[in-house]
Amino acid sequence: MEPQVKYELFGNMIKEFAETEVKPLAHEVDEQERFPAETVEKMAEIGLLGITVPQSLGGAGGDMKMYIGAVEQLSKVCATTGVILSAHTSLCVTPIMEYGTEEQKQKYVPRLASGEWLGAFGLTEPNAGTDAKNQQTIAVDMGDHYIINGTKIFITNGGKADVYVIFAMTDKSLGLKGITAFIVEATTPGFSIGKKELKMGIRGSSTTELVFENMRVEKSAILGKIGEGYKIAMKTLDGGRVGIAAQALGIAEGAFEETVKYVKERKQFGMPIAKQQNTQFVIADLATKIEAAKSLVYAAAEAKQNKAPDLSVRAAMAKLYAAEVAMEVTTKAVQLHGGYGYTREYPVERMMRDAKITEIYEGTSEVQRMVIAGSLLR
Amino acid sequence: MKIIVCLKQVPNTTEIKIDPVTNTLKRDGVASIINPDDKTGLEVALQLKDKFGAHVTVISMGPKQAEKALGEALAMGADRAILLTDRAFAGADTLATSKTIAAAINTLEYDLIIAGRQAIDGDTAQVGPEIAEHLGLPQITYVNNVEYSAEENTFTVQRQFEDGYQLLQVQTPCLFTLLATAEKPRYMRVKGLVDLDKKEVEILTRADIVIEDAVLGLKGSPTKVKQSFNKQYNSNKQKFVLDPAEAAKLIATTLKEKHLI
Repeated sequence: MEPQVKYELFGNMIKEFAETEVKPLAHEVDEQERFPAETVEKMAEIGLLGITVPQSLGGAGGDMKMYIGAVEQLSKVCATTGVILSAHTSLCVTPIMEYGTEEQKQKYVPRLASGEWLGAFGLTEPNAGTDAKNQQTIAVDMGDHYIINGTKIFITNGGKADVYVIFAMTDKSLGLKGITAFIVEATTPGFSIGKKELKMGIRGSSTTELVFENMRVEKSAILGKIGEGYKIAMKTLDGGRVGIAAQALGIAEGAFEETVKYVKERKQFGMPIAKQQNTQFVIADLATKIEAAKSLVYAAAEAKQNKAPDLSVRAAMAKLYAAEVAMEVTTKAVQLHGGYGYTREYPVERMMRDAKITEIYEGTSEVQRMVIAGSLLR
Repeated sequence: MKIIVCLKQVPNTTEIKIDPVTNTLKRDGVASIINPDDKTGLEVALQLKDKFGAHVTVISMGPKQAEKALGEALAMGADRAILLTDRAFAGADTLATSKTIAAAINTLEYDLIIAGRQAIDGDTAQVGPEIAEHLGLPQITYVNNVEYSAEENTFTVQRQFEDGYQLLQVQTPCLFTLLATAEKPRYMRVKGLVDLDKKEVEILTRADIVIEDAVLGLKGSPTKVKQSFNKQYNSNKQKFVLDPAEAAKLIATTLKEKHLI
């Protein structure tokens, strides 16, 4: 059939899934800070956890357009669910597919794609976020294996994931070139989950510390080459940012839809507030910005799909803009809802809290500006 | 086991409005969906496939755009999709439709045919039973549950009524019409969607089936729609001011008079 048919039907399917399976849980998941494990199971059944994985590795064989569409539509109703999929796909499945050995791919990718295992990514430390050269997680070469000690923080899907792509210093003297990536299973002796963060938004997403205490990791667990860790982390985050940009876009669209519905119903001064010019102008501006964000997000998705050389800057632009649009749209959505918007009875309150993280994780908006300017002023 | 599922693409009637001038359905801009009873029928067929191994063919009659509904069925897990489409079939009522579909099914192998109970755009519930009649098959309508015994090659099905159900056992070949409540249809699979690129809906036209011209399309359709209209309720409004005990008596008496209780 025409290639367009699959995108149209995929769009119908993911919207129905989000409305029917995800939306009804969004409030509860936020309120109780509960990881929606049942939703992850349903996503696995449909094949959402392996959208971009080739069928030869047990995936659906889809593309970035479908994956980004899924993150967008899920985030529209529940940003927690959107980031579970984004972290799993962009930050764990993708680097293993792109840098893994044949053996590593065969071992991990089919299980991650089927949803038997969930994935996560561990780079950030208390003193090293984007500034990765301060990594204090140390991997010591013991001949046939490594012993790793250190702590990672703010790890999305922490404690829920089975497989983690983590980074450690294998040679401190080399700085960024002394960082190596490893694939670590949650069952590895010496691996444990530390503190669970209590967050402002995406409260159903599990964000934890990872603690490595004399964790023994075989040499077969090295992802890519020794010393290539920083490069792998940065390339992985380029792709990850497209996912977060899609999450931000979804949050903005969700809040916008709720607001359009509300302003038509809410009456003040004898008419629906949608009849007030202030409302109309705000709605017009927000819709325009959402559309602009959407163009950037899908252009970045295409760049990732085509392995375009300008992926890094496109992903940074998409995430920067979409995150700021998400923050603006949700803030104005709360404003147009008035007092009700400030209560937890209306979803825009949650959406405003959820939007904030998209300006922070996988590189803050400031870091995105650094990446964009860096590519222009070389 | 070979299963044929009859499936119709219908406008999503939860979104549909009636044109006040022509009294017909306004179909413009309304999303098309697989008729819900038919989608459940497909789910039942796919569950039989999952459990016992079966080849599932979906068949539909309609305009070219109905391909999309068949694409959805393929993405859910159907193995083969056939669309009957030809100007000669246009304007068919239930009789002409069922004769055309039966003629197409005659060219296929099957053990079981599943249809939905009725389509939400016409609500006739006639096409499924008529297909069974044309093919000379035993039929069970209003099916709400299907069990299959591989050893005995028999189906045990629940035929639903308002206040109970019949439990019936039947041998193949046979035809069921399914209720939407029987199963929750699965979502399309992402892999199934991706694979649509490599799949085609088979098109059958007038030339591909053996049938007389006289029974096809508008001229083969004895049903003539004289008028479609929205039902007007002319209630007899009366106001009573009574104390609760008398009010209860009045309500009970009135309902009894109208044979409602």
